[in-house]
Amino acid sequence: MDRVKTEQLTGAEIVVRCLQEEGVECVFGYPGGAVLYIYDALFKQDKVRHVLVRHEQGAAHAADGYSRASQKVGVCLVTSGPGVTNAVTGIATAYMDSIPMVVITGQVPTPAIGLDAFQEVDTVGITRPCVKHNFLVKNVRDLAGTIRKAFYLASTGRPGPVLVDIPKDVTTHVCEFHYPETVTMRSYNPTRKGHAGQIRKAVQLLAQAQRPMVYTGGGVVLSDSAPALTEWVRLLGLPCTNTLMGLGGYPGTDPQFLGMPGMHGTYQANMAMQHCDVLFAIGARFDDRVIGNPAHFAQNPRRIVHIDIDPSSISKRVKVDVPIVGNIPDVLEEMLRLFRGGETRPAAAALQAWWEQIEQWRAKDCLKYDRASQIIKPQFVIEKLYEVTGGGAIVTSDVGQHQMWAAQFYKFDLPRRWINSGGLGTMGFGLPAAMGARLANPQATVACVTGESSIQMCLQELSTCKQYRLPIKIVNLNNRYMGMVRQWQEFFHGNRYSESYMDALPDFVKLAESYGHIGMRIERPEDVEGALKEALARKKDLVFMDFITDQTENVFPMVPGGKGLSEMILV
Amino acid sequence: MRHIISVLLENEAGALSRVAGLFSARGYNIESLTVAPTEDESLSRMTLVTTGSDEVIEQITKQLNKLIEVVKVVDLSDGDHIERELMLVKVRAVGKDREEMKRMADIFRGRIIGVTDKDYTIELTGTGSKLDAFLGAIDRSAIVETVRTGASGIGRGDRILKI
Repeated sequence: MDRVKTEQLTGAEIVVRCLQEEGVECVFGYPGGAVLYIYDALFKQDKVRHVLVRHEQGAAHAADGYSRASQKVGVCLVTSGPGVTNAVTGIATAYMDSIPMVVITGQVPTPAIGLDAFQEVDTVGITRPCVKHNFLVKNVRDLAGTIRKAFYLASTGRPGPVLVDIPKDVTTHVCEFHYPETVTMRSYNPTRKGHAGQIRKAVQLLAQAQRPMVYTGGGVVLSDSAPALTEWVRLLGLPCTNTLMGLGGYPGTDPQFLGMPGMHGTYQANMAMQHCDVLFAIGARFDDRVIGNPAHFAQNPRRIVHIDIDPSSISKRVKVDVPIVGNIPDVLEEMLRLFRGGETRPAAAALQAWWEQIEQWRAKDCLKYDRASQIIKPQFVIEKLYEVTGGGAIVTSDVGQHQMWAAQFYKFDLPRRWINSGGLGTMGFGLPAAMGARLANPQATVACVTGESSIQMCLQELSTCKQYRLPIKIVNLNNRYMGMVRQWQEFFHGNRYSESYMDALPDFVKLAESYGHIGMRIERPEDVEGALKEALARKKDLVFMDFITDQTENVFPMVPGGKGLSEMILV
Repeated sequence: MRHIISVLLENEAGALSRVAGLFSARGYNIESLTVAPTEDESLSRMTLVTTGSDEVIEQITKQLNKLIEVVKVVDLSDGDHIERELMLVKVRAVGKDREEMKRMADIFRGRIIGVTDKDYTIELTGTGSKLDAFLGAIDRSAIVETVRTGASGIGRGDRILKI
């Protein structure tokens, strides 16, 4: 007889026990018919905290922001049908930026599946293109193992959201609970260690470089490679750029940092990307917003080394000479070992000449703006936010001009401090992501840089912030326009501002106050610093700062769509 | 340009739709796709026929490998391989055509597996081009109905796709 004490649990209890086993502290969700038993099981315990959002999109973004700010797997829980469809934007956002997340969704009872039942939607089908993987659990005996797999898949290899769809009847069925300690899947074995021969090739290529350049993306942040990257870049004295997703991967205040590359990247970063002769791409994917037109990018000959955990990211848009599939910290450590062991480094004279060229580019001061303006310049607000927070805040953003200014003007010295929707470009991301970031870091200063258009897309979460006392500092750069749309219309559509003016705006001060928060309206440049200081001093309050900014300001530099990196429009 | 790709994948509900979804989402061509369980019931084997540049084919194999349920992917066109397709074709077979159809089926090593007083159903296997040739060789107006499986492929000799 087996004397091991076994536990008989319902499916709902199993879900909650699995979350406990995974060490999940916080679940973002919204109840509904199909998940009532799971909510009942949550009610009966106090290990896993549930944060009630006001819309399922907010749940997904908050779980996402929680993960980005903490390196843990974010978890959200929503009901079937509209619960799922509302969450899809958030799931797709996480998928595009490779964020480890587990999404648990309720489903109609198994006998009702396929019969167009109330609140039924084909969740597995609808989410298939925007998840790393998804499961429909039809048998309670598969539940624990599937959730274990979901966490494993979400957090290993190239991370991403994994969805587990659980029919309501499965949450009531009972079986013996057993949480598997390990997961083995014959079809899933991500490569970790980079190929030694390829690493040697890369190192030799670097030794011959006259104009080397390091370009890193979100992969460095996700794999926690910032320390190894920083050490390696400094050891060899290389110029380094971080993409929008990679900011903080290398210290933003370091002289070897050239700023962000791409459509709104700095002049020096883009010129160095275009004119280098050996490019190290690390955890980045040469996307259209980073390298512009690939044909133009290819006009300048250069050898490319690409380090990434996902083979399908390599040679997708740009042909690569030395692909290295592997876990970035492992590969960087191996390269560091070789260089410390006396491997030839790039010739000092050539490197110095290259740096002189870069400094000439940098001297263009491509991020300059009118500092004497009598109207608040949005860039000025971000600069002041940086000063007032001492560069130490976690900054989330929505999508548009404010996002670019935050990326350009807030210098991130550490990873996981800059949280934005880079891939999908989801307006409405900033506020719920800030909630997640703050819950993951209860002591941190969390600022949400947003605009009057973006903030309205998940505005309802102000209520969640009140309930959970999340003292987020909302920096609303209010120019009464969908600024980036307006900018494109000015540049490319003959100043025809079709539907980009934000009319009938609420009074954001009163709005914030109606949710029980503090509201401020700031209209003069000389009041910006004081307002930010006051907001930060209110440690327990959410402060909504409505900065009335210059309506005509544009984001520069700009590489117009379809153009090459060296074809920037400068201010 | 034309590639025949073999995929070994978990025999699970939804695995096929992940492959089909991948091809449509990323805009890859798909000429034919056949799938059935292998001798190991837990695995399915799929044969995909697609066209594309070397870069596209490289992405297709990488993206297929990235699917969680895919165990192994091999581009059979990289080396020596055999491919076969099965076709069932129902042809009108009356009067003097009846003898002619029988003769054509014999020439193409087809088998007549269904007979009525008005038609024959012919079973034919071969490469896609052989099946095309048969359809080209008979009187087009005699074709009542055709059904083809799409190509199945296997590597020659030591080229084995197995776990």
